[in-house]
This record gives sequence, structure tokens and C-alpha cells, in this order.
Amino acid sequence: MIVFANGPVIPNFGGGGSTFACERANRLFCPNWVSQNWSSVLWPALRQHIVLTVIAVVIGFAISTALALLAYRRGWVERPVVIVTSILYTIPSLALFELLVGVPGLGLSRTTAEVALVSYTLLIMFRNTLTGLREVPAEVRDAAAGMGMGSMRTLLRVDLPLALPAIIAGVRIATVTVISLATVAALIDDEGLGAPILQAISNEVFKTELIVAGGMAIALALLADGLLVLLQRALTPWARVHQ
Amino acid sequence: MNSFSQALDFIGRNGQIPGEPQLPTLVHLTLETIKIAWIGVGIALVIALPIGLWLGHIHRGSFVAINVGNIWRALPSLAVLAIGVAFLGLGLRNVELALIVLAVPPVITNAYVAIDGVDRDVVDAARGMGFNGWQILRKVELPLGVPLIFAGIRTAALFVVSTTTIAALTGYSGSLGDIINNEASYHLSGVLGAAMCIAALALLTDLLLALIQRVLTPRGVSLEKHPARTEAIGPPLAENV
Repeated sequence: MIVFANGPVIPNFGGGGSTFACERANRLFCPNWVSQNWSSVLWPALRQHIVLTVIAVVIGFAISTALALLAYRRGWVERPVVIVTSILYTIPSLALFELLVGVPGLGLSRTTAEVALVSYTLLIMFRNTLTGLREVPAEVRDAAAGMGMGSMRTLLRVDLPLALPAIIAGVRIATVTVISLATVAALIDDEGLGAPILQAISNEVFKTELIVAGGMAIALALLADGLLVLLQRALTPWARVHQ
Repeated sequence: MNSFSQALDFIGRNGQIPGEPQLPTLVHLTLETIKIAWIGVGIALVIALPIGLWLGHIHRGSFVAINVGNIWRALPSLAVLAIGVAFLGLGLRNVELALIVLAVPPVITNAYVAIDGVDRDVVDAARGMGFNGWQILRKVELPLGVPLIFAGIRTAALFVVSTTTIAALTGYSGSLGDIINNEASYHLSGVLGAAMCIAALALLTDLLLALIQRVLTPRGVSLEKHPARTEAIGPPLAENV
């Protein structure tokens, strides 16, 4: 209950006076409520949502890149990794969050939420990175060897840069997926944009909060997607020539 | 791990808690979940498959078909459900609408990509043999597109099963999500048991669709030989979007 420590979530709901007419009528959008609760409810939730997402994507990126590099060198690694991460990806978010709550040492915490969120990023980023590396043309790699590059230098200066569009595409899908799933994480870790959504529905349905918090989650995902597209373009200027 | 063995007991008791006789059985809730999910997937397929296949067949509308899929990724299911509740109120109608909204885009995008990407030489050969447009779609493009079309259907089905259970959080009662939303009655063991059932349901749904896909895929066509094209959506095909 971090977000709501300072009072009820819908302070004006059912309150007296004509100032709160919109809230009492439970109209679809009450600008007054939004401006009054922006700094105490909505903005903290948005910030927490971003933090949850960034942590999950960074950890997921580290794990999946390590696994992809391993699978690139040792082909047999791919199959078991794909099987395990596919199963993790297939388990519905609600179920995975709750299953992890039952694991001793995790319980209702941010760690539990992050473990689940990370597990959803693995399949996406692992497959993208591995595919990107494997699609590096053999001639290019031969040329690097012919220039006297060792395998480490070839990886860092040839393979990874050429795989970058695929890698960033994976980060992009993973980020948007995590933003989406992090709303459900509020069930076990009361923060992020899911918290006001669940709160707005828990007693009486408070429409303004549902629409604003839900809209913010969608807007955040679209914005993150757009920013990553720009990053992809900036980092791989050569990719535009092919299209 | 004690709570997990209690969860298995809970499943073994068919979701009944001693002393609380009014609770619905686990089998009942599972069947309800399947029913809600299948209605959603069914309606979404009826809407999306013809659109995606037709757009792919006439090679038009790639911008719409592909960007619908990209925007879809950015729709958190809980947010869609919440906004639906605000406009339509609680109930099956809102849930099904949210399911359809979430299931239509991946099916359209993948059906479009599947049909649009069929080798033009093959289509030309069929035309040269006297096939008309409908025959080309049914006998050439559709069989060749099965793997990608099914990737879209599987993605959609997975999303729908997942969202059906999330609907319980937004007040819709009548799915396995109810148990998770009602820890006070069911305790942690019940919640874990329900989570296991949901996970199993999702995995079995995907497996079932994978088997149907295998039956429908002509011999000689497989994803290994035809690597996923870049615009397709779906966990197994998410490369290079």
C-alpha cells in the first residue's frame, strides 16, 4: 500500500458539495479528480510502472543475451532454452504471478513480480538475438577472419553490430510486453498502474480512475514502442538502406 | 513446497474447501473459463480471418494489417478490461468485447502475412492451370499459409485464456480467476491450485492448436523450411519485427 498510504484512493467519491458532482455522478472523466490525484496517485504509479519495466527488461536482456551467445557457440543449448522459455511464456500472467507467490522466499513482493516479468522477456529476446547472430552472412565472417580478427573480435565488431536490428526489435517487443503484464503484477505487488486500476474496481467501480490509469498504461506502451523504434533507427543507420 | 502439495490436494478435492459448501467446483470453473475463451476466440476468428486472408489475397492494405498488430502489442489486457468496465459496466459482454479486441489483431496480421507472402510463382502456376481467385486462395494460398495463420491463432488463443482469468480482477465472476481473486475463502493453497489449472489450461490449449496445425499443414511445408517472415506476430515468430 505504498501509493495509497495517505488516504482513500477516491477521496472525493461520495463527498458532499457541488464541487464533487462529477465524481458522485461517476461520469466517465472528471478532470478535477485527475488534477487533484495526479501527484498523489497517478504520477507515483506511472513512475513505479516505469521502474518495474526497466528492471525487468534489463535483467531479461542480460540473461537472454548470455543464453543466446552460448547457443550461438554451442548449438545444442538452443533447444532446451526454447522449450523452457516457451513454457514460461505460455503460462498466463495471473497464474505465473500466483505460482511464484507460493515459492518459499518470494511471497508478495516486488522480487516476485520482477521474476515473473523477466521470465516473459526471455523467449522473445533470446530468439531475436540468436536469429540476428545466425543471419550474419558467412562471407562477412570469412572476411573478418581473413583480416586476422579472432573469434572474440569478430563477435564484438562484426556479429553483434550486424545483429543489432534484430536484438533491438526483441527489446522492443519485450518492453511493450512487460509494460502490459506489469499492470497485472499489481495483484501481488501493489504498485504500478495496475494498482489504481484494481483499487478503482475493488469497492465501487470508479470510472474516471479506470479510464485514466488504463489509458496511461496504453500510452506508456505506445510511447516506449515509439522511442525504441527511434533508438533502432539511430543505432543502425545502415539498415535503412536495405528497406 | 508444502503449500504446493496442499494446492494439489485442493485440485484433488475438485476445489472444495471443508466448511464452505457453496463454492463452485473446480471442474465447473474450468469449463466456464473454456467456454468464455472459446466464444471470444470464435468470434474473433469469424471477424479477423476473412479480413486477413482477403487482404493478403489481393496484396492490399499491408500498412493497416501490420500496424494493427504493432499497436495491439501495446494494449495491456487489464487496461482494456478496465476501460471496458468503465464504458459497459461489469459483465460477460464487456469481457467478450475485450477478448475480441485483443484476439482480432494478431489473427489479421498473421493471416495477411501468411497469404501475402506465398510465392508468387506458385500462384502464377496455379492461375496458368486455370484456377480462379477463390480456388487459388483455397487450394494454394491457404494450405501454404497454415503455419503462419496458426501462429496468429495460437497467439490469440493464449491471450484470450490469459485475459479470461484476468477478467476476474475486474469483477467478472465465473472463471478460474475467481479463485485467485478470492484468497480469503480459498487460502493460498486454493489460489496456487487454481493457478496450476490455468497454466495447464493454457499449455493444453496451445498443444491442441499445435496438433490441429500439424494435421492441416501439407507435407513439405514446415516452419523450418519457411522461416517466419518478419512482420508476423507470435511468440515463436517474433523475430525481426
